[in-house]
Amino acid sequence: MARELLKGNEAMAEAAIRVGLEAYFGYPITPQTEILEWMARRMPELGRVFVQAESELGAVNMVYGAACTGARVMSSSSSPGVSLMMEGLSYIAGTELPVVLIDIMRGGPGLGNIAPSQGDYNQMVHGGGHGDYHPIVLAPATVQEAVDLTVLAFDLAEKYRNLVFVVADGNVGQIMEPAELPAMREVKRASPEWALTGTAGREKRFLSSIYIDPVYEEVTNKRLQERWLEIQKNEVRFREYYLEDADLVVVGFGTAGRIALSAVRSARAEGIRAGLLRPVALSPYPYAAIEELAKRAKAFLVVEMNAGQMLEDVQRAVAGRVPVDFYGRMGGMVPFPDEILDEIRRVAREPRAQADPRVNWLKRLEKVLPH
Amino acid sequence: MAATEQLVYERPHSLSETPNTYCPGCTHGVAHHLIAEVLDELNLRERTIGVAPVGCSVFAYNYFNMDFAEAAHGRAPAMATGIKRLQPDRIVFTYQGDGDLASIGMGEIVHAAGRGELITVIFINNTNYGMTGGQMAPTTLPGQKTTSSPYGRDVETAGFPIHVAELLATLEGAAYVVRRSLHDPKNIRLAKKAVRTAFEAQVRGLGFSMVELLSTCPTNWGLTPLEALKWLEQNMLPAYPLGDYKVAPALADARA
Repeated sequence: MARELLKGNEAMAEAAIRVGLEAYFGYPITPQTEILEWMARRMPELGRVFVQAESELGAVNMVYGAACTGARVMSSSSSPGVSLMMEGLSYIAGTELPVVLIDIMRGGPGLGNIAPSQGDYNQMVHGGGHGDYHPIVLAPATVQEAVDLTVLAFDLAEKYRNLVFVVADGNVGQIMEPAELPAMREVKRASPEWALTGTAGREKRFLSSIYIDPVYEEVTNKRLQERWLEIQKNEVRFREYYLEDADLVVVGFGTAGRIALSAVRSARAEGIRAGLLRPVALSPYPYAAIEELAKRAKAFLVVEMNAGQMLEDVQRAVAGRVPVDFYGRMGGMVPFPDEILDEIRRVAREPRAQADPRVNWLKRLEKVLPH
Repeated sequence: MAATEQLVYERPHSLSETPNTYCPGCTHGVAHHLIAEVLDELNLRERTIGVAPVGCSVFAYNYFNMDFAEAAHGRAPAMATGIKRLQPDRIVFTYQGDGDLASIGMGEIVHAAGRGELITVIFINNTNYGMTGGQMAPTTLPGQKTTSSPYGRDVETAGFPIHVAELLATLEGAAYVVRRSLHDPKNIRLAKKAVRTAFEAQVRGLGFSMVELLSTCPTNWGLTPLEALKWLEQNMLPAYPLGDYKVAPALADARA
């Protein structure tokens, strides 16, 4: 296949279609609407299912029902819409169904705005819905990676009967750049032994997240936790840049990670031994890799488009061995490479152990905000 | 002369042999039976998938002998949409109470009907939230006492009952929308005919179908089963008129 100039949202939609998506259910919300629109045009022409739901509540529950049939199904939304989906996502997790959801994150909280953000990190990585469950969360930084991770998302969802979120900031959804799509695969309806297909020739089946007797709910929870241990063992994904001899480790995902890479290259040109670790899977998180780096680096700098939600995971892995500093932009603001370069210079010059690096970060941020 | 045996009744194959958890005198059991008998008669059991609600009938999946999914509160029509769209040759129905369908799930039911979703909905209207202990529902009658309208439903502050059959009948996607009652044998027979027509509407691909069934809740109404049937007849029938609110012309021959 050749590389084409593709918009992130459309590339993800087409990638899902080419790897056998059978049904899409969604609701319009910027900056992910191109996914819905692409599906609206493509799915019917391929004889597949597209439904524009009445709300994200409707969409996620249509996905829930569709997934009960064993079909490859997905939805997509953006931050406020994903908040609305959380009820259904918890039910899907509790029913152990393979479902893929793309979240194109925008500025928040609340209605916020339609600019790129990474403010859904905690909601997507550390829960969101009620109860004990862990989704797999993949975070692309380029259109090509968005395509590849969308493909991977379906394989992982089906392998583990688990929720998989592809979490991209609005920038990844809206940017256009060259990428290669996967080849068109034939749709093959899997018929797993749990799918609701009618009882002809077999006993009845039942799919639910209800276990009214707590003993059985605990058995289910134990199964979910054991599966999560398995996922943690197998599915950690990250990219390393210039880390072999790095004194200063920058950690950033998605667009923040990509911009940080530019800053790291500039810092290298200045003789600063900086490197970048970019988590590709946010869940399971690369704790062990960061822990290893913490044994040889002098300091960490976490860069995010939020108020330091991933920072807490980095701090957990570093466990106080070396200082962890933070720089973030919030509410739909995207950092420039120069801002991050300034931060790299500062931390390289004087790594400071701080109980909460956000205290000083907010003071530094004061200088760049309008008054 | 050899004695001959004639089978006059047997347990519907569409019901499992699980004792149910409904209160004595509650009409859920009757409604379950009607659905099961119809699915048996139409020979649909093996290709039917049910969607259970949240409420007293949350365990419906235990009582029916067919594939079942259990939805979140109010979301059964959306879940049924997903199941039906992926398997258009299967029969999909939801079984929902009035809190589930007419309150928290109002968005899902209206849009499923509006889309003309090829699903059948059995709607149990017993004027309260049974499972949680008898709170006010959208269907609670003006002045009716419940645990959350202890002075009687005051329409000034709690509004008026919602007439679901009348509401959904306004939607073009609906092929068959009727209201029946389960308070006496004659009405139960009429209800069964309606349930049958609703499933036939789905089999024929005519559109969305719903049967609203006026039902009793003796426990939360604080009445004996017989008193509850009488209360339904005296209070619910005037407020919720029985009738055919939408019948697609193509159903004229099957009309109950």
